[in-house]
Amino acid sequence: MTQSFPVTITVNEKEYKRDVEPRLLLSDFLRHELGLTGTHVGCEHGVCGACTVLFDGESVRSCLIFAIQADAHSITTVEGLAKDKDNLHPIQQGFWEAHGLQCGYCTPGILMTLVPFLKENPNPTEDEIRHAISGNLCRCTGYQHIVDAVKLAAEKMR
Amino acid sequence: MKPAPFEYHVPDSLEQALDLMSQYADEAKILAGGQSLVPAMNFRVVQPSMLIDLNRVSELSLIREEGEAIRIGAMARERHLEFDSSIAKHIPLLTEATPFIAHPQIRNRGTIGGSIVNADPAAELPVLMLTLDARLKAQNISGERWIDAHDFFAGMFTTALAPDEILVEIELPYMPPHTGWSFMEVAPRTGDYALMGVAALVTLDENGKCKKAKLVYLNAGDGPVDAKESAKLLEGETLNDALIESAAAMASQKEINPFGNVHTSIDFQRHLANVLTKKALKQAMQRAEENQQ
Ligand SMILES: Cc1cc2nc3c(=O)[nH]c(=O)nc-3n(C[C@H](O)[C@H](O)[C@H](O)COP(=O)(O)OP(=O)(O)OC[C@H]3O[C@@H](n4cnc5c(N)ncnc54)[C@H](O)[C@@H]3O)c2cc1C
Ligand code: FES
Ligand code: FES
Repeated sequence: MTQSFPVTITVNEKEYKRDVEPRLLLSDFLRHELGLTGTHVGCEHGVCGACTVLFDGESVRSCLIFAIQADAHSITTVEGLAKDKDNLHPIQQGFWEAHGLQCGYCTPGILMTLVPFLKENPNPTEDEIRHAISGNLCRCTGYQHIVDAVKLAAEKMR
Repeated sequence: MKPAPFEYHVPDSLEQALDLMSQYADEAKILAGGQSLVPAMNFRVVQPSMLIDLNRVSELSLIREEGEAIRIGAMARERHLEFDSSIAKHIPLLTEATPFIAHPQIRNRGTIGGSIVNADPAAELPVLMLTLDARLKAQNISGERWIDAHDFFAGMFTTALAPDEILVEIELPYMPPHTGWSFMEVAPRTGDYALMGVAALVTLDENGKCKKAKLVYLNAGDGPVDAKESAKLLEGETLNDALIESAAAMASQKEINPFGNVHTSIDFQRHLANVLTKKALKQAMQRAEENQQ
């Protein structure tokens, strides 16, 4: 064990104070320290996108950031999208209605990639959608239903 | 896997960072965007015993115009290069090529300095630094020096930086007038490292002849490959298909030295270089002509 340091990290608008070892990845901090297991971990080298969260509003790989680097920053995870299970975020609603997931492993990362994307591109073409999710691997869907879900979500959000 | 334990420092100023580097250069590594370093640490391919995190040194992320050049702090994120309006105006090649780097989630963290110091032969930014005649400012506790990009890359993942030096700033001269540009690459999937790629610049004189040309390749050797002889074929000439064919043939057969990998044979990389060079030169020439009117 190396020394631990105190951090204050805001996650989904709630402030958490914890002591962390410098080598603790943000993904593991969210899952193991806070029990927020919605953030998935596939590869831990930046390739699969399952661990994507928002860091001060921008999508990032949480497996490539140390928790200690998030001190005094604000994180949003998939748990922060919906108020409760009856009030899904429009992107979640779109995925629900258009069958944008099968096993769901990739889904949190894709949703968190799409939040800033749809904010910047409220009316994306299919090409732009495919480009936007190119950093998120899905082994189930073949992407077609994900693309449909994004189109539906964009409609709902306009 | 998880990284091995390390000691962590997060200086607020460049001065503090340089001071730490002067004490711990042998064991410490700089942490910039972490998009190359952290994967390597997660795999335990590298196990630095100390990280010096530059993410709180805000003076290192500025992008500004100075003289006829743009100066970019080493910690400027790749995503900021992509959307910066002075870069788009004066160095459109950089704006056009940046989105080819990885994915937005990676570019939100990855920095220009990190990519340059990482010196991956398949990376876009080192190629662009040669194409754009960048100068790189390195600093240690006792002073600073400017290194020409052409002298900076010293082989696979190797640079001219001394162990206690930090890359702090990149200076890119404005692209000259009457210059056309192109950046093209072929990757297995969007955002993957490319199998082959080329940056091209063509500057025309007042008679429409090629005054200056540049062709620089990625994944074509043990660093960015500047195909000087092929570019020379074009200089002083009125560009036509035959000349472009010869330059592409020479660059792809003689000047580049690709290694192949699991996705591609060496022959296929040479084939791609040939095709991409022709397309890129044509696009650059067309843009240079448009710029002349
Ligand atoms: C899935 C994935 C796909 C990618 N695809 C591409 C791609 O297609 N093209 C591409 O070019 N890159 C790609 N990258 C790499 C990405 O662009 C990295 O961000 C970049 O290469 C390194 O920048 P960084 O700021 O993250 O540096 P870090 O990872 O923090 O550092 C890299 C190295 O440089 C050193 N260093 C960093 N900054 C300095 C400095 N200022 N002074 C001295 N030393 C320093 C560090 O000590 C370390 O050794 C990809 C990365 C991932 C995870
Ligand atoms: S777990 Fe982070 S990208 Fe795969
Ligand atoms: S739904 Fe199973 S990986 Fe995407």
